[in-house]
Amino acid sequence: MSTRLATGGRLTDRGTQIEFSFNGKRLKGHPGDTLASALLANDQMLVGRSFKYHRPRGIVASGPEEPNALVGLGTGARFEPNQRTTTTELFDGLTATSQNHWPSLEFDVGVVNNYVWRFLTAGFYYKMFIHPRPFWKHIYEPFIRQTAGLGKAPETEARDADTYEHFHVHVDVLVVGGGVAGLQAAKAAAEQGTSVMVIEQTAHWGGRAPVDGGTIDGQSPENWVNETVQSLANQENVTLRSRTMAAGVFDHGYVVAYERVADHAPGSEGPRHRLWRIRARQIVTATGAIERPLSFAGNDIPGVMLASAVRDYVVNWGVSVGDRTVVVTNNDDAYRTAITMKNAGLTVPAILDARPAGGGALMAEARALGIRVETGRGIAKVKGGKRVTGVVMCDQAGEGAMLEEIACDAVAMSGGWSPVVHLWSHCGGKLIWDDAQAFFRPDPDRAPTGQDGAPMVVTAGSASGAMNLKTVLQDSDMAGKTALKRVGGRPADSAAPLVDTQDEAALEPVWLMPQGARYALRGKAWLDYQNDVKVSDVQLAACEGYESVEHTKRYTTLGMASDQGKLSNINGLAVLSDALGEPIPQVGTTTFRPPYTPISLGAIAGEARGKVFQPIRRTPMHAWHEAQGAKWEPVGHWRRPYCYPKAGETAEAAVHREVRAVRNSVGMLDASTLGKIIVKGPDAGRFLDMLYTNMMSTLKPGKCRYGLMCTENGFLTDDGVVARIDEDTFLCHTTTGGADRIHAHMEDWLQCEWWYWQVYTANVTEQYAQIAVVGPKARKVLEKLGGMDVSKETLPFMEWKDGTLGGFPVRIYRISFSGELSYEIAVPANMGQALWDKLFEAGREFDVTPYGTEGLHVLRAEKGFIMIGDETDGTVIPQDLGLNWAISKKKEDFLGKRAQERSHMADPNRWKLVGLETLDGSVLPDGSYAVAEGVNANGQRNTQGRVTSTYYSPTLNRGIAMGLVHRGPDRMGEVIEFNTVEGATIKAKIVSPVFYDPEGEKQNV
Amino acid sequence: MSEAVSALNGARYEGIAQIADAGPVGMITLRGTFEDEAFGDTLSIVAGLALPGERRLSANGDRSLLWMSPDELLLICSYYEAPRLTEQLAEALADTHALVLNVSDARAMFTLTGVLSREVLAKLSPTDVAPDAFAEGDVRRTHLGQVAAGFWMEADGTIRIVCFRSVAQYMFDLLCTVAVPGSEVGYF
Repeated sequence: MSTRLATGGRLTDRGTQIEFSFNGKRLKGHPGDTLASALLANDQMLVGRSFKYHRPRGIVASGPEEPNALVGLGTGARFEPNQRTTTTELFDGLTATSQNHWPSLEFDVGVVNNYVWRFLTAGFYYKMFIHPRPFWKHIYEPFIRQTAGLGKAPETEARDADTYEHFHVHVDVLVVGGGVAGLQAAKAAAEQGTSVMVIEQTAHWGGRAPVDGGTIDGQSPENWVNETVQSLANQENVTLRSRTMAAGVFDHGYVVAYERVADHAPGSEGPRHRLWRIRARQIVTATGAIERPLSFAGNDIPGVMLASAVRDYVVNWGVSVGDRTVVVTNNDDAYRTAITMKNAGLTVPAILDARPAGGGALMAEARALGIRVETGRGIAKVKGGKRVTGVVMCDQAGEGAMLEEIACDAVAMSGGWSPVVHLWSHCGGKLIWDDAQAFFRPDPDRAPTGQDGAPMVVTAGSASGAMNLKTVLQDSDMAGKTALKRVGGRPADSAAPLVDTQDEAALEPVWLMPQGARYALRGKAWLDYQNDVKVSDVQLAACEGYESVEHTKRYTTLGMASDQGKLSNINGLAVLSDALGEPIPQVGTTTFRPPYTPISLGAIAGEARGKVFQPIRRTPMHAWHEAQGAKWEPVGHWRRPYCYPKAGETAEAAVHREVRAVRNSVGMLDASTLGKIIVKGPDAGRFLDMLYTNMMSTLKPGKCRYGLMCTENGFLTDDGVVARIDEDTFLCHTTTGGADRIHAHMEDWLQCEWWYWQVYTANVTEQYAQIAVVGPKARKVLEKLGGMDVSKETLPFMEWKDGTLGGFPVRIYRISFSGELSYEIAVPANMGQALWDKLFEAGREFDVTPYGTEGLHVLRAEKGFIMIGDETDGTVIPQDLGLNWAISKKKEDFLGKRAQERSHMADPNRWKLVGLETLDGSVLPDGSYAVAEGVNANGQRNTQGRVTSTYYSPTLNRGIAMGLVHRGPDRMGEVIEFNTVEGATIKAKIVSPVFYDPEGEKQNV
Repeated sequence: MSEAVSALNGARYEGIAQIADAGPVGMITLRGTFEDEAFGDTLSIVAGLALPGERRLSANGDRSLLWMSPDELLLICSYYEAPRLTEQLAEALADTHALVLNVSDARAMFTLTGVLSREVLAKLSPTDVAPDAFAEGDVRRTHLGQVAAGFWMEADGTIRIVCFRSVAQYMFDLLCTVAVPGSEVGYF
């Protein structure tokens, strides 16, 4: 039975009691508890079921490496699956539920898998479920998804109740880890006013030194930590941040850290998590080490724990995992657990030390306390189901024959320690295998490097492979000084703190216990608890030819999922290396990738949710459109009115009404989103001649010209009307979506290619509200406002004028995208709404109708005007669209010219633009293909063209379309067939794309 | 002339810092050759402003001149004097290769005040806004959240933020979102 001890628990406030629930059971804990320690204090040894075999699982660790004890935390809008109980701080009212079982944690039918384990070996799913093929999608996958997996997703309709944010800082030195190593490194680096930030993933400073003992500068580690934290906090150049975990190290000293601001106090004001985006000139990783389990049969039964965790629970939280704890180890450190238990008044029936010669001073101390120490021994298997009842002792050198059964409630195991090298490795730091200590540690000669090729990360303490308090402090002092030197500081001439600690005897690697364990034992010796991977699975993978550790990982799932093998990786690859007969360093490790432990998606999204999920660009008249009930269409980040349906009117009817209004009287369009780029300088004309396919330098001031822009590969990329403002200045209109892109395109060519040309550009798109007044009555509306002569004589088609219209400073362009008499009026944006109101008021007597983008599309399609993005798709050249009239033959060069002369571009067999008229007057489906005889190599029907724009024309009362058709313009009058989703085809005649007013008389009045 | 209305028409918010729409503000984009003495002299004579250093501003009364790039400046003045000043500058620079444009309406400006202003910026911008890296007279062109923005600190510590007019609402919402009470970081 695990229970709360009468005394102890340096992190808990024993005077205060708080309540929480686990699977609906009300339990009690103390402030300072983790959920794990509180569960153990309530004898909740069983906390979940395993992934594959649904075996009962308990808490193994006391930190972020915990593989088993994951729960669903919270409810409703605050529910989150897969939360680690060992890193969850207990708070009053916490609600947790266990995962991966049905119908209940105590009784789980999935455990049947446990009895057929011989068949559920590595690769089982791959081998079993591949035939027959269709079964995977319809039968196997749905079933497996239901039974496998860890936590369940939040409810579909639940919305996260919390907020999140990012925070950017720049520091000279970032120290990751607030244990004694991190604190000492910070102390050494913080001399001389260097800015230093220290982050610690838990709520407490000092790491595990206060648990492990020894003295630093004559003080207990706890006192030394308190003093050091105090003195660092007093330094203005030092920032200390607890509950903040470095999730990843990236190029250029960029570190992402995850602060759990309010996980321990849900519902409080402010963000729940904060993602720190840190630029550090130097990074010190003082990330400590993680203890390794030992691989023996039944090492996953609740009550088998890491030795360090067992003593953490006693010292930090005053919780014992059991009255009788057997310690099994291959190193001296685990003796500390036995000594701690004994000193807490508990029983240690035996220490089973796999080393024939046993340990050093710590072994002597344990023996002096009267603890039975058995050397050269191991565990053949653990007895028990949902909790440990005993262990079978055997010779480590043998195959697992029982020497003695020892009754106990808990097993504290230690297979040695592995430095936490994740952050070092994220950005390219290399590792070396340390044979003496049996772990991978960072190779200081192959550090991750910054933009200058110099190292940007240095490790400190256990993270470097320094495994006792004395070397930890020496190493971290040096690390701090190294970081300081690298940022240009001069380290103080001080020595590392004096440390008193016990010397330890060497460890002996134990990758399997006993070393000759039979198959039945190996098949119950877990490597990876989270993914249910056993020693036998890795051995099988090796037999089946998996040599690469990366492949073995994917095949067996060793080291996958939310813990990413923090406990299992080294043990697994040692087993693999043994099976392959290759040394461990040759087998290597899998890749360490961020995040170090999972971070919330909310933290990654930061503030970007709800109304600031994405910027929406609004024109100066946006609010007006909204008030009119406009149906919106997203165009880039802009919202443009698609149409303005009246009460009870469908969008389709609204579009028809709007189009007819423009053709018959007058309409108004918010054209503010069209790009407007000023191009000025002595070389502006020459520059535009290169950018546009037609000649712009010959344009006279006061006049407008439609132009096409191509990429250097010849493809049409944008179009618009260019107005020449004066000798040196042009204003180029672009498409709505093209404004920023074309501005960048211009600057690219100016800065990289023609840098010696005297041209300046500026994107003035948003300086102006632009209002199109369109239709036969347009002139009358403008005349009512007065102030400018807008007659055909003074302001003819394709010209512009500055002036004052109705008191507004405006520039009016006589340009038309509808084929009607049209004025586009540009006014400073801050006056846009006022001018719009005035024009609307003036237009009332003509029943002026605001129209949206769909009306605009229909109007332009009736005229055969192309639309970038409809008639073009990045593979279309102007010649395909019959725009040869806009391609200069006189110019020596322009962007795209050479490309358009290449054989495939000049091929007469290209699909070219034509109009399409259905014989029955119906509207062709969008994206429909013109079918041709026969089928292609894939058995698909051959095609000879496709629809690019298709609408119902309210003007002509029939469907109209444009499309690209094989040799289209040569086939006028021919009837071809277009496919439909339903399968039938629709007959359409090839006609001119200009359906309305082919002579262009109406726009030129 | 008709009344000009800024995109957000004076919106305000008070959280861990104070955020306010600055109303219509005059802004003139200038591009030219800084090394050309005549360019600097013209600015000094016509606008009364000295060329600012890199990522700095120079101020004179209500006007200030902000460094934007090695060949671009932003002149801040009153909204109503901007058209006239644009003309005067364009005229004075007519003989040199230069660009002068009134962009007052293309932008939205916000003021950010209060001791935690730096925290609000640091939540949204990757630039270093620590006191030793960003102080009075410093100008930064960067992004806030997902949109381009510029900001600078005036002599009294007020931070001014400009962005494009179309994203004014987003910018205001963004600043308010990260300035909600209880979100103090306690870093600077």
